[in-house]
Amino acid sequence: MKFIGDFFQYAFTRREEIWMQTLEHLWLTLTALALAILIGLSLGILITRKAKLATPVLAFVNAIQTVPSVALLGFLLPILGVGATPAIVALFLYSLLPIVRNTFTGINEIDPGIQEAALGLGMTDSQRLVKVELPLALPVIFAGIRTAFVISVGVATLCALIAAGGLGTFIFRGLTTNNTYMILAGAIPAGLMALTFDFLLGILQKHILRIIKPVALVFTFSLLFFLGGQVFTSEAPAFQGGFNSEFIERSDGLRGLLRTYNLDFEIVELEIGLMYQALHNENVDVIGGFSTDGRVLLYDLVILEDDRQYFPPYHAAPLMVQETLEKFPRLREAFARLDHLISDAEMAAMNNRVDHDKIPPKEVAREFLMQKGLKTAVVRNGDADIVIGSKNFTENLILAEMFKALIENYTSLTVELKLGFGGTKLVFDALNNREIDLYPEYTGTGLLVILQSQDSLREKVLYQKDAVYNFVRTEFIQQYGIEWLPPLGFNNTHALMMRREMAEELDLQSISDLSAYLQRP
Amino acid sequence: MPVIEVAALSKHFAEKAVVDNVSFSVDQGETLVLLGTSGSGKTTTLKMINRLIEPNGGQIRINGSPVRDVKPETLRRGIGYVIQHIGLFPHYTVGQNIGLTPGLLGWQKEKIRDRTNYLLNLLNLDPSFVNRFPHELSGGQQQRVGVARALAANPPIILLDEPFGALDPISRKQVRDDFASLEELKPKTMILVTHDVIEAFTLGDSICLMDQGCVQQLGKPQDLLFRPANDFVRQFFTGDRLTLELMITTCSEVRPWLQASQNAFPSELSLLTLLSSEDMQQSFREDLLRAFYQYKTSFA
Repeated sequence: MKFIGDFFQYAFTRREEIWMQTLEHLWLTLTALALAILIGLSLGILITRKAKLATPVLAFVNAIQTVPSVALLGFLLPILGVGATPAIVALFLYSLLPIVRNTFTGINEIDPGIQEAALGLGMTDSQRLVKVELPLALPVIFAGIRTAFVISVGVATLCALIAAGGLGTFIFRGLTTNNTYMILAGAIPAGLMALTFDFLLGILQKHILRIIKPVALVFTFSLLFFLGGQVFTSEAPAFQGGFNSEFIERSDGLRGLLRTYNLDFEIVELEIGLMYQALHNENVDVIGGFSTDGRVLLYDLVILEDDRQYFPPYHAAPLMVQETLEKFPRLREAFARLDHLISDAEMAAMNNRVDHDKIPPKEVAREFLMQKGLKTAVVRNGDADIVIGSKNFTENLILAEMFKALIENYTSLTVELKLGFGGTKLVFDALNNREIDLYPEYTGTGLLVILQSQDSLREKVLYQKDAVYNFVRTEFIQQYGIEWLPPLGFNNTHALMMRREMAEELDLQSISDLSAYLQRP
Repeated sequence: MPVIEVAALSKHFAEKAVVDNVSFSVDQGETLVLLGTSGSGKTTTLKMINRLIEPNGGQIRINGSPVRDVKPETLRRGIGYVIQHIGLFPHYTVGQNIGLTPGLLGWQKEKIRDRTNYLLNLLNLDPSFVNRFPHELSGGQQQRVGVARALAANPPIILLDEPFGALDPISRKQVRDDFASLEELKPKTMILVTHDVIEAFTLGDSICLMDQGCVQQLGKPQDLLFRPANDFVRQFFTGDRLTLELMITTCSEVRPWLQASQNAFPSELSLLTLLSSEDMQQSFREDLLRAFYQYKTSFA
């Protein structure tokens, strides 16, 4: 009960944001759906008339549906930039399949006797379509529209990753900052929205034949209105910064940064994987990236110096369940070999090998171990003794592979990888529930996201590397029975980055320079 | 001049001839039956007349002008069409179904309403049906609505494709008999497709027996029964031969061979009807049958 009470209290304090995001979400979904109805219905009708087109068109809309949502957003980013436009296009593409297919099926499955009668009585093709085919196919077409809507509401949460807003904003921030109330504040309205609209569309479906004309009119006008609104509001602001949801929400993230440096610019929310590309494509002008990311090299980005030492240390280390360590004592010995083995530069280079050179993380990890004179020959398959997890970004994927190779070559254990957890909360919950045995984590994240330490305590430990490491090590053993193994060496901290030519043109070297530039008259 | 003229009509589907060099003509007010088993090409032939299927060869003329010179919709609005699947529109009321073609032709609302009521009455349908939906009606009632819909715009020509095929035997006979006695239909030129020989002989002024796309025999009912053109035609009627022969032979036709002078019976009654009646003297029954066999031999 306390949980529910707390949730309502939380939702109440953030009701304005929830309401705004709900409206954004609805706007994205409905605009995309309206477009999809217009285009999907036309395509569906077209392929009932031109039988030869049916197979390629259906194959095409089917193929779109199989593209993972984040990948589709990634494809659209270079063409359409960030914000509502690519989000609407993506939602539109996902909504096409159910509408096109149901229109086609609905019309094709009309009793051939009725089709024959319609022709035999002397209806023209368009009379047959309007008087017979569409009315009879309507229940099936409506089912398609309802499916499309429910899919859209779900996919629209992902649009938060490309700065389109919507309820995904809360969901992703909640996931990455380990805040269950925040996740629910995004997920519950989204669920209610899907249910409500499905219900309303169900009612509309029953009466549609009687009210089709006003509905079609309202539909057309709202579509024009929506698109018109889109055209007039899509002017890009002068200077934009792109940050991922975790950075925007967490206590050592954006808010503190803006305060410390007295920065002020337009902020858009972007997924980590899309952020660097967005900067490179000039969709945004500054991003909050990670100092060891391979794309810093790839896109020739400049890291602005943190001249007021705002960003805390983020030293990477394996985070392991104590029971596992007790059960397999040789693991501790094996991981001692990684103690301070990897420098910042080496990590960035490995990341670049994967991101740019397209070398699989597994090979990059083994290459590095070999270079350091460690054994890598053994690869073991079969029932797993140890399960290694990882968050879904290159560096952690490489580290997970490195841990696997290390365990396989310095113990007799068999390892299974569970890669690609969506955020700190998800992967840490898996570890805490003993579904995985270890994953690579960063001291700063442990301190601020998982422990959610009080401000006063943080002040004491935050800016000394060893102090943070020792603090989280003690706390994790006490609270969770989970142990931080020796640090790997590099510090993957947050950093503000810009395109080199822009930074040089404006002569910006540090974050203070940026602040001064933005405050110029 | 015949109303419908079909000359050397052919249709191939993927190399296979479905209709092969078919010719016939139908005069004003006459009913031609296209009879045959399934796959004989009879339905394909019918559908080429209202251009639901386009032929590969041959010529179809209606009142002397080729059908391919007329827009399909215009052509079809002038031809009543009744199909086996009935094909009533489930989302339209009975009234809207019947009034459909007149509506397409731009009739006034009141004229359509009067015509609909007239046809419901004509086909023994309750006037209240006008606001009912097809699924609320029985199969027989639905097919009567189907016929009413075909007659709605008062077309001079009616095409019927297995019109009673979807009905159970009892309602089939009932709807068919009602249909046969409709005054409204007497001046119409009709082509009816069926595989039911009894139906063919009940409704047809002439019969075109088809097999594998070809005409086997085209003629009056008597010609097909008493002067079959080939073995196929002879074999086709084997099972129902006696019934059919008695059905198409009238009292007046056998009168020259009767021994007793029997003027009491109306001369247009068929022998089948006479022999089926229960209050008939045994001696007359025998006399009638003897006369019938002599009449039959006279054809040979």
